[in-house]
Amino acid sequence: MPLAVELGGVTFGYDPRRPVLVGVDVEIPEGQFVAIAGPNGGGKTTLSRLIVGLDQPQAGTIRLFGGSVGAATRRGLVAYLPQRAQLGIEAPATVREVVSAGRVTRRRLLGPLTAEDRDAVTAAIARVGLAEQADEPITILSGGQQQRAFIAKAIVAQPRLLILDEPTTGVDADAQDALAALLARLHGDLRVTILYVSHEFGAVEHVAERLLLVRGGIAFDGSPAQLPERWHDPSHAHA
Amino acid sequence: MLDHEFMRLAFGAGAVVGVLAPAVGFFLVQRRMSLIGDGIGHVAFAGVALGYLLGVAPVATALVASVAGAIAVEWLRTNRRTAGDQALALLFYTGIAAGVVIISSAGALNANLFSFLFGSILTVTRGGLLLVAVMGGAGLALIAVLYRALVAVALDEEGARVSGLPVGTLNVVVAGLAGVTIALSMRIVGILLIAALMVLPVTAAGRLARSVAWTFALAMAIGLGSVFVGLTISYYADLAPGGAIVLVAAGAYVAAAAGTRLASRA
Repeated sequence: MPLAVELGGVTFGYDPRRPVLVGVDVEIPEGQFVAIAGPNGGGKTTLSRLIVGLDQPQAGTIRLFGGSVGAATRRGLVAYLPQRAQLGIEAPATVREVVSAGRVTRRRLLGPLTAEDRDAVTAAIARVGLAEQADEPITILSGGQQQRAFIAKAIVAQPRLLILDEPTTGVDADAQDALAALLARLHGDLRVTILYVSHEFGAVEHVAERLLLVRGGIAFDGSPAQLPERWHDPSHAHA
Repeated sequence: MLDHEFMRLAFGAGAVVGVLAPAVGFFLVQRRMSLIGDGIGHVAFAGVALGYLLGVAPVATALVASVAGAIAVEWLRTNRRTAGDQALALLFYTGIAAGVVIISSAGALNANLFSFLFGSILTVTRGGLLLVAVMGGAGLALIAVLYRALVAVALDEEGARVSGLPVGTLNVVVAGLAGVTIALSMRIVGILLIAALMVLPVTAAGRLARSVAWTFALAMAIGLGSVFVGLTISYYADLAPGGAIVLVAAGAYVAAAAGTRLASRA
């Protein structure tokens, strides 16, 4: 199976004298559903930001789909749902407008939406179960519904790698289960590589094929079922 | 009123400015950079002063100065060399201080300067109208072509960056458009008040609309209406047009806020 993500000896710290991650080596094959867990401050979000190119490692290399991170993002292969995703906009935006924004790519930068774009937007909204709310302002939706709208935005351009950072923050337990079921369906239908970054991976424990525990480096790499009992609450993971 | 050529010219230039200022301001407000227009206005003042000193058209020097100032702020902001508010403060004070020093050395501290600061319906020439129409039309056409990409960046800048959009270039385009808008608008609204026409119609529209597209369209309609009503008041009451236009736009915001509050209680 070709690799979606390759990290070799990656070291990074916002203060270079105090690195958050040291010498991280990871290979993730295409199509895998990976949960990335670990204690707060352990480096999970940092790892996800490095993978999508929002931060640059001080040492080591990161490759996506066999090429550089920049090449993958320019080709529209990567979608990223940041931590506590919320609109950076003052104006009221509808679900359809938010999802349509995900359809803007480097190759389709200019001009209005095409009929194909509009169909893709409608399909993505339906796929996440928000067809009835498509033309409602996103701010009047529940936290879980808003997350589903942001996921629709992330998948509408048909990326090959989807990274979700703490997608269940501020979402109740039922909505977390619904989100896990949605991601399982998307993974099955689209065969997109999913990196699910969360301090609490219980919601996707039965969906993820692989679990990475991050605590300054990779503390555990294997099937969620193989995780030692003492590490089952990853917020208290021990090295 | 429209029997006078100077009023027809003022309304012609005002129509372009009334649409362009909120269209550009929309993207500044969404990025919580509402005050950047004020900062660029101060730099435009230094440009006007330079025009007087060099004996060239103040509009041309203001155009160059305000576009350069806008791009400089964007560069400072994105490269994180300076915090956003500090970059703006630097622009504000350097621009106004440079303007005062240059204009006093040019011996041009006179009433003519007031027309740049607060606008004047008597100062729009046929050549000026042509410049506003051509550059304003080009600015609006650029926004129309880039609209979806600019909205995508405003909605989620990091997501747009990861999706491969040229976010830095798009932000520089918005900054450059802000500079052009301010230079084009200063004869109608005035350097000290143009930022209000970029912001107030957008905030008023945001109170009334239920989507990004409607907010954008309504902001331009409110901007255009404010300019037309303000110019009319300015003509009949013999007032500076900039103040009249901005007070009408402020009235639109107050009416929108009061209307939505009443509607939510009903």
